[in-house]
Amino acid sequence: MKYKLVVSFLLALLVAVPVVAQQDTTLADTSVAAMLPAPATMVQAKDADNDHGHAIDVTWELSADDGQGAGTVLSYEIYRSESPDGPFEQRGLVPSQKNSYTDIGSRERESPDYFPDYIDFYYRVDAVAADSADRALSEVFGPVHSYGQWFNTGRIPVLVGVLIFAILTILFVTIARRGKELYVRPLAGIDAVDDAIGRATEMGKPILYVLGLGTADQIATIASFTILGRVAKRVAEYHTKVIVPCYDPIVMTVAQEIVKSAYLDAGRPDEYSDDIVYFVTQSQFAYVAAVNGTMLRELPATNIYMGKFYAESLILAETGAVAGSIQISGTDEIAQIPFFIVACDYTLIGEELYAASAYLGREPVLLGSLKAQDYAKAAIIVLAIVGIVAANVGWTYFTELFQVVD
Amino acid sequence: MRRQLPLALVFIFGVFMIVQYFVPHEYSEWVYEFLLDWITIIGIFALALGIYSLTHVSVGKIRNRTPNWQYAVITMLGLFVMIYFGFTSRTGDSWGLYFVALVALTLGISSLTWGAIETQAARRKIGFAVGLGLLAVFALVAVFDPSWKFYFYTSEGLQSTMFRNFFDYIMIPIQSTMFSLLAFFIASAAYRAFRARNILATLLLASALIVMLRFNPFLGPVGEYIAQTANWLLNVPNLAAKRAIVIGIGLGIVATALKVILGIERGYMGRG
Repeated sequence: MKYKLVVSFLLALLVAVPVVAQQDTTLADTSVAAMLPAPATMVQAKDADNDHGHAIDVTWELSADDGQGAGTVLSYEIYRSESPDGPFEQRGLVPSQKNSYTDIGSRERESPDYFPDYIDFYYRVDAVAADSADRALSEVFGPVHSYGQWFNTGRIPVLVGVLIFAILTILFVTIARRGKELYVRPLAGIDAVDDAIGRATEMGKPILYVLGLGTADQIATIASFTILGRVAKRVAEYHTKVIVPCYDPIVMTVAQEIVKSAYLDAGRPDEYSDDIVYFVTQSQFAYVAAVNGTMLRELPATNIYMGKFYAESLILAETGAVAGSIQISGTDEIAQIPFFIVACDYTLIGEELYAASAYLGREPVLLGSLKAQDYAKAAIIVLAIVGIVAANVGWTYFTELFQVVD
Repeated sequence: MRRQLPLALVFIFGVFMIVQYFVPHEYSEWVYEFLLDWITIIGIFALALGIYSLTHVSVGKIRNRTPNWQYAVITMLGLFVMIYFGFTSRTGDSWGLYFVALVALTLGISSLTWGAIETQAARRKIGFAVGLGLLAVFALVAVFDPSWKFYFYTSEGLQSTMFRNFFDYIMIPIQSTMFSLLAFFIASAAYRAFRARNILATLLLASALIVMLRFNPFLGPVGEYIAQTANWLLNVPNLAAKRAIVIGIGLGIVATALKVILGIERGYMGRG
């Protein structure tokens, strides 16, 4: 009997152990299920819009446990593979509550991050909990490939604006060419240029022309070149001396050619010398020191500052004021305009710098473009008023018309 | 042809620059970057012209003993000393012909300078001949002596002790001094601008006072109202005026660019 009891106990143990083990496994499974968040759903991927290629936009629906449900999702990891079966490579990580990611790679073949165009890829988004081992894998989406676009649709408003303005400019230039008289308001700064050159001639002192710190590819410098040409021609006619210290060697080369042509046009090629326009340095404050030294040593009758200026604007203009020169300035650097206004006798504000060449030459063709600018400004004022009304009454489609997306 | 070719080039590349703004494709980017590289290349060649221009003007002043010609000497010294130390830095273990090269370079530059400022033609010729000969010796040593490196192909020479010392302890303090002058010039310019000569100047003075006072910690409860008024001044009338100027500048840039591309504006070519 005793033997039977021992055998029964052992048999019971043999049966009970797997049951207990099975119960433990069930408990463990239940625990894992409780820790794993719900996966991200509706994973989509498409080529990124309006770019040069090498990028794919990935979007998904947030996991049910992201913020809501168990609230266990901390982040999403974006994986990419060339095959739906893997292997997948992690491409990015975004925090919870975010449901998009742009997978951007390099376009350089030698780069380790090279992202080839026209190669099919598959994407998967993992919803990751606090312990990164607890993750829910989404469905794999694909194939999708990247490619470059030939037109940036986000810039259509800019294209329309430029086209309208170009048509306006060409229209008014054509009208001016036909001989129609166009009125443009007088600019005191421009009228003062001739007087300033006359003053320098009477005093027997030179004119200092500063082209600023801009490079030759900047529109302000190009406008300044045109003004320099007019000033140099007048200076040559009056037998006055002009000094043009340059910050940029390319600007110096162009300015030398302009001044040389101006002397030739004035019939005084013999008075031209390459030393009139010279290079100083490409260091901002060393340039200021050199120009200030020239001002104080040469005591020019007139200083003309036209072009791109930065922190040196006030140092130059104040030194010129100390030297007792008449000063005329013009820049499109909005932060420097107040400095020039307080330190100079005449200042061309912003767009007046670009208009100066047309004013100085009084050529109808150039004046035509000024008219186009005036009409464009009038159109912008009207659109701004309509835009204010539209924004206040909720006509969002009107304001969206002008939205530029890069 | 001399005038038509530049105009045609300006038109082609100007139109390309407009088109490429709307074409994000990498082929468009490639051409754009290629053109930018050309600007850099042209800039490097132009820099040589710039150095020639500076040297030509300075040497002319020294030779003719124009008033204040001493400044031109300092300019030339600054230019050549920095080039000298930027190009000649020994890094190898062996001294080799290092000092021979340095002496040849120093004497070569000195002879050339003497030749340039000398007024007598015969002496000038001797100066140039000796200078060029010594520079040739320097070049031969620099090319054939393996014990040291002449930094012509890399920028490593910029890290040489003397070059860095000159740059860090002379150039930078002088530049900082020039920049610091701005503070005093702002004060003198503000004094002129804020004189209440008429109603507009008085308005400017009042606005400036309010904007400056907003950071004053001793105003107590009034300070909050001043800060609000200052913010309104900056964000409403000031910003409105700035935006008006910016719009005008934008239109002016487009109009000028169009005139240049279409060949209407030719002032940059030297003819109005």
